[in-house]
Amino acid sequence: MRSAPRISLLIALALGLPAAGSAKLQVVSTLQDFAALAQAIGGDRVETFALAKGYQDPHFVDAKPSFVLRLSRADLLVVAGLELEIGYLPPLIDQSRNQRIHPGNPGYLDASAGCEILQRPTTPITRAMGDVHPYGNPHYWTDPENGRTIARSIAARLSELDPAGAADFARNLAEFERRLDLKLAEWRAKLAPFAGTKVVTYHDSWPNLAKRFDLDVIGYIEPKPGIPPSPSHTLEIINLIRREKVPVVLIEPYFDSRTPDHIAQQTGAKVVTLYPSVGGRPEIGDYLALFDYDVSALAAALASQK
Amino acid sequence: MIVPSLLRRRRPRAAAALATALALGAPLGAQPSAPPPDPVAELRAEIAQLRAEYAAQLAALEARLAALEAAPPGPEAPTAPPAPAPAASAQTSSYFNPAISLIGNFFAVAGDNENESRPIAELSEVELGFQAVIDPYAKGDIFVAFGEEGAEVEEGYVTFTALPAQFLARVGRVLATFGKTNSQHMHYLPWADKPLPLVSLLGGEEGWRGDGLSVSRIFPIGETFSELTVEAFRGDAEGLFEAADRNDLAYNSHLKLFRDLSEAANLELGLSWGTGPNGSTPDARTDLAGLDLTWRWKPLRTAHHRGFTLRGELLQSDRETPDGDQRALGWFASAEARLARRWWAFGRLESSERADDASLRDEGFALGLTFDPSEFSRLRAEYRQRRYAEDVTADELLMQLQFILGAHGAHPF
Repeated sequence: MRSAPRISLLIALALGLPAAGSAKLQVVSTLQDFAALAQAIGGDRVETFALAKGYQDPHFVDAKPSFVLRLSRADLLVVAGLELEIGYLPPLIDQSRNQRIHPGNPGYLDASAGCEILQRPTTPITRAMGDVHPYGNPHYWTDPENGRTIARSIAARLSELDPAGAADFARNLAEFERRLDLKLAEWRAKLAPFAGTKVVTYHDSWPNLAKRFDLDVIGYIEPKPGIPPSPSHTLEIINLIRREKVPVVLIEPYFDSRTPDHIAQQTGAKVVTLYPSVGGRPEIGDYLALFDYDVSALAAALASQK
Repeated sequence: MIVPSLLRRRRPRAAAALATALALGAPLGAQPSAPPPDPVAELRAEIAQLRAEYAAQLAALEARLAALEAAPPGPEAPTAPPAPAPAASAQTSSYFNPAISLIGNFFAVAGDNENESRPIAELSEVELGFQAVIDPYAKGDIFVAFGEEGAEVEEGYVTFTALPAQFLARVGRVLATFGKTNSQHMHYLPWADKPLPLVSLLGGEEGWRGDGLSVSRIFPIGETFSELTVEAFRGDAEGLFEAADRNDLAYNSHLKLFRDLSEAANLELGLSWGTGPNGSTPDARTDLAGLDLTWRWKPLRTAHHRGFTLRGELLQSDRETPDGDQRALGWFASAEARLARRWWAFGRLESSERADDASLRDEGFALGLTFDPSEFSRLRAEYRQRRYAEDVTADELLMQLQFILGAHGAHPF
């Protein structure tokens, strides 16, 4: 009788099962933004891990076996959806041997649900348009109002998976929304003097941010999504910036800055690196800090160009 | 809605009860057994009962409200926001169609090679892929290859993703999980051709494919990923195994170890062992052993235009024949570098003895450049030299064009 627990422990070890399940809900997300939101809502009831780093292009993530390990232990997987992760996530989910996080189960949360998704194609699309997303622009978390929706989705799902924590999650969500409201007013005030400013961006990553803070994206350094800059298109962009007196060129941290730098040198526009995700810089530790950084960087650059 | 229907349904009896209650001066309450029914009393009783029920419910709701108001902010249990309108309203009938992809592979060759005759130009393969979730328990993958010799199912299997105890099983025709390169489709290889030892020792350009069962399980060692795969196939595999009896099976096993060395670098080590009947005598078998090693470096911030991979495999084929054992050894080593967002360069060294005559050794090297106009097309040029055991040297330039129509699946790692 006494050896029974030891034997079962051995069997558990041999099968690679966790001998004692940790009490915290394991949340894995594709983007650090969702992990940060889950942490803000879940508090010490959750443990979070993000597959893509904040300074990495979220379209191109390697399906590393170490991610399979993370997913095999996950209780909840939060994804951006809209086919942003199509290049790496499906095989990871298949290999995770974790039915909980398969699409359709409570452990799979598509964060785009309920969010304002822009650029949903309304006419037939082909790949002659570049790497277009047939379900709409997947960079929707760059609008803090969508962040609010995502936080609510996460709170609802956490409450479903861990009913004992529902009151905590509701309290944390209310606190998050209270802080978000204060911050939104602050960000709006900072960018209000620059309403309607025309900007050029590298990739079409910022339609949601531009809409929320009233910026006008009039061109892209990429000739088409996913196609690197070409000399003729770069010339067109230089002319566009000169003609429209565009003060700033926004780029993501993972793009080669040579072409943007060249354009800036030719036109006098300023290159501003905006971070699309939490973790892009050490000081961008949570979702609100992401906009604190980006809004400040943008406002400072626009003010210096006045 | 409930209240009127209740009243309507009970009206005759309620009226009777009300009359009884009035007549007897009884306390209000439904007493269906009371002899002369008083409808007025019964109606009053019913109204009183409903009033009491509502009062109780109201009290409960008020208590809950008070409790929620007393508790710090949390106004109510979080609820999910409404789902968005469907993205594409059209094509609803095709929702359950599999993802379909067509991958074309066109080759042109310059130079001469007496040992391996490729035509000067060839649409060598068009791979038609169908992939879909079958049901909550399984997923299906079918790849049909159309080539010069007609169409054949290259791979076709069902993956059972919901097995207990973290098992994953594939049933059908699969590329054997032997080494790293054999299980990868042509268009995912970093070169224009297959490395020499795989062609010489593992069933030719097509590789080792088996019809049967493949089961794998993860056995994590701390943060090291470790996966054991065991496969059992029927004893025939083109260019590799031949079974005299249908009960003669081929087996394969593979242990894969993977570890992140840093955020940018990782190391993968694989050990493989396989066996199957070779047909030279009814009992003769070929044993295969393999070692594969891959080191990758891909800085996350500049992954768009920088990256480096070193990989190599060592294979041994031990073939029993009536004239004695043939133990043949082969290896390749390759380095691949990403030069810019759309440009890659590679170099490969290779050497292999022949499976049926280990005294013959072929050697070679390859150098190449890959250009991807987009994620969906690829141009590649490979200069290849092979020095065959017959003292023949072949210098060739392989030019390759690959293109994807339709669904673009995930990249295998």
